[in-house]
Amino acid sequence: MSEAIKVPTMAEMLAANEVPEVLFWVGCAGSFDDRAKKITKAIVKILHKAEVKFAVLGTEEGCTGDPAKRAGNEFLYQMQAMMNIQVLDGYEVKKIVTGCPHCFNTMKNEYPDLGGNYEVVHHTQFIQSLINDGRLKIEGGGAFKGRKITFHDPCYLGRGNGEYEAPRQLLEKLDAELVEMKRCKSKGLCCGAGGAQMFKEAEPGNKEVNIERTEEALEIKPSVIATGCPFCNTMMTDGVKHFEKEDQTEVFDVAELIAQAADL
Amino acid sequence: MGIANIVFLVILIAAGGAFTYQVSKIRRNILLGRDVDRSNRKGERWAMMTRVALGQSKMVTRPLAGIMHILIYVGFVIINIEVLEIVIDGVFGTHRIFAFLGGFYDFLIGSFEILAFLVLFACVVFLIRRNAGTIKRFKARELTSWPKNDANIILVVEILLMFAFLSMNATDYLLQERGADHYIVAGAYPVSSLLAPLFDGMSTEGLIMYERGAWWFHIIGILLFLNYLPISKHFHIILAFPNVFYASLTPEGKFTNMDKVTDEVKLMMDPTADPYATPPPADPDAVPEKFGAKDVQDLHWKNLMDAYSCTECGRCTSSCPANMTGKLLSPRKIMMDTRDRLEEVGRNIDKHGKDYDDGKSLLGDYIQEEELWACTTCNACVDACPVNINPLEIIVDLRRYLVMEESKSPTELNGMFTNVENNGAPWAFPQADRLKWAEEL
Ligand code: SF4
Ligand code: SF4
Repeated sequence: MSEAIKVPTMAEMLAANEVPEVLFWVGCAGSFDDRAKKITKAIVKILHKAEVKFAVLGTEEGCTGDPAKRAGNEFLYQMQAMMNIQVLDGYEVKKIVTGCPHCFNTMKNEYPDLGGNYEVVHHTQFIQSLINDGRLKIEGGGAFKGRKITFHDPCYLGRGNGEYEAPRQLLEKLDAELVEMKRCKSKGLCCGAGGAQMFKEAEPGNKEVNIERTEEALEIKPSVIATGCPFCNTMMTDGVKHFEKEDQTEVFDVAELIAQAADL
Repeated sequence: MGIANIVFLVILIAAGGAFTYQVSKIRRNILLGRDVDRSNRKGERWAMMTRVALGQSKMVTRPLAGIMHILIYVGFVIINIEVLEIVIDGVFGTHRIFAFLGGFYDFLIGSFEILAFLVLFACVVFLIRRNAGTIKRFKARELTSWPKNDANIILVVEILLMFAFLSMNATDYLLQERGADHYIVAGAYPVSSLLAPLFDGMSTEGLIMYERGAWWFHIIGILLFLNYLPISKHFHIILAFPNVFYASLTPEGKFTNMDKVTDEVKLMMDPTADPYATPPPADPDAVPEKFGAKDVQDLHWKNLMDAYSCTECGRCTSSCPANMTGKLLSPRKIMMDTRDRLEEVGRNIDKHGKDYDDGKSLLGDYIQEEELWACTTCNACVDACPVNINPLEIIVDLRRYLVMEESKSPTELNGMFTNVENNGAPWAFPQADRLKWAEEL
């Protein structure tokens, strides 16, 4: 692979008197979780390849407050949000690309009530716009040509914000066979992680939500379950492991598939 | 005006009065909720109401139930034109007052008959389907006792009303054929003429008695049914319209901002704020507002209207990931509990006055913590609801109360809160490591 990619921070940009086109909001999972870090790196490679002038906040980024808010802790949410808004406004950020639908939803829909107004897009939307504008080219679909892929809609990208098409249009670029699960798009079934469930044991029941969802995905025997959320990714990966189908079905973020197809 | 007409008029006025009284109670109960502004974007609201309530767009996502429901709905609405004639006839002692419309009248009566038959058919199918025990959402624990009976009562009453209407027409048709007094020849009877042979053996007097009997049964049945609506889930036939109109227009993912928290957080973060400054003089009558909701009055009025609009169809619950994996949570139950509790609060006010406290609350006495903590906030219930009800808002408001007023969150969530507070991430990773991934590129 090519030379190491330099990831500039906003602070460095400012010091160099430069203004990035977008701020890449990495998110907590994307920063710390080993699996999600791979997604982060794929997004960075795509941004780099498309020659997008971007920057990250690095250590100045903090949790958007999404899990706190969904769990009912509005105080903590608003403290996080206001600290982030202070930082973002300090750098006069205009446009944000997030690697996570939860960050995306919170900053896009909920920060304006606290005075934080930015153009916020999810990474699948941004990558799609790069392709549409001819800034990124995918030829031939690479390794995924003809393989069966199914897309799991993250709740906060799909139902939460009505974005069903951007990730699917990206997947079409792979020349793969796109197969829908029975419950998809606005009827898509949750992976089980949202609403702060990711951070706690599930309440007593007879099944885990991610098992129910993975079962449905595996019914169509896909070679890839694609998603656009690091939490969905964890949930579906665990589900595939539960059914011991790792050798037949892999779980990837759409960004990872695009990065691989573009040979990055 | 004969005695029958006077009796009819009295019944009509009594039924109208009783209904108005019941509705005013419901209106008062709904207005017990907090204020929320849903007066903006009128154009979009009308469009949404036309599409979702009038056009039943969300019903057809389940085609069979959806189409049959539309049948009953259209039948119900259109047959009400016939009720107008019945009421005028009842008050003035006329018979088929609209008969002067001639061919158009034949067309009207003919279509009412066909619709009545289709409604009857759909109700029978629904009754069988609901009680056959094959559909999971009709077997849930919240759908036993009264709610189960309620659903069956509605269907049986509709079947009886439709049958009364059709058999009334059948006897009328025979009376017209026999040239009986008062029974002018008018209308077309594509369905009831098929029923006529059943009555053909009866004497003319007998037919008149049956026809009058069915007429009274039909109209009194309708008036009683009208007064049954406010205590039944069937009230949705009215509330569905305003309920869709006032539904939230923001993306489903957006949760409400708590402005009161904003004020406090701003003060906390403002370095120039003087912590020892005397607070503005407090209004001595003001009830300190809670964070989140413990009882129905802490919810906003639209949440409470949602509760009265719920059709108890269970589409929310059958699409709920928590419910389908055996957790205690059922969004339908959340709505039913809210309504039941609100009715209880309303009865308390009637009996003991406005400030009575019965020591009970929605949270705890009706809805358990375990239900609330099972929600993934996925919005599937919100999306599935055919009348745009939002159970998730109630769930989150109850969570807010648990967390902010009672510090009662599951232990692991407390850990997550601490991590966010101390490390800026839900896990206990040091903030300094946030950019480590970039070294691995
Ligand atoms: S938002 Fe909560 S209650 Fe509604 S369907 Fe999802 S998990 Fe169930
Ligand atoms: S909330 Fe909506 S979907 Fe759920 S039972 Fe009531 S009417 Fe049906």
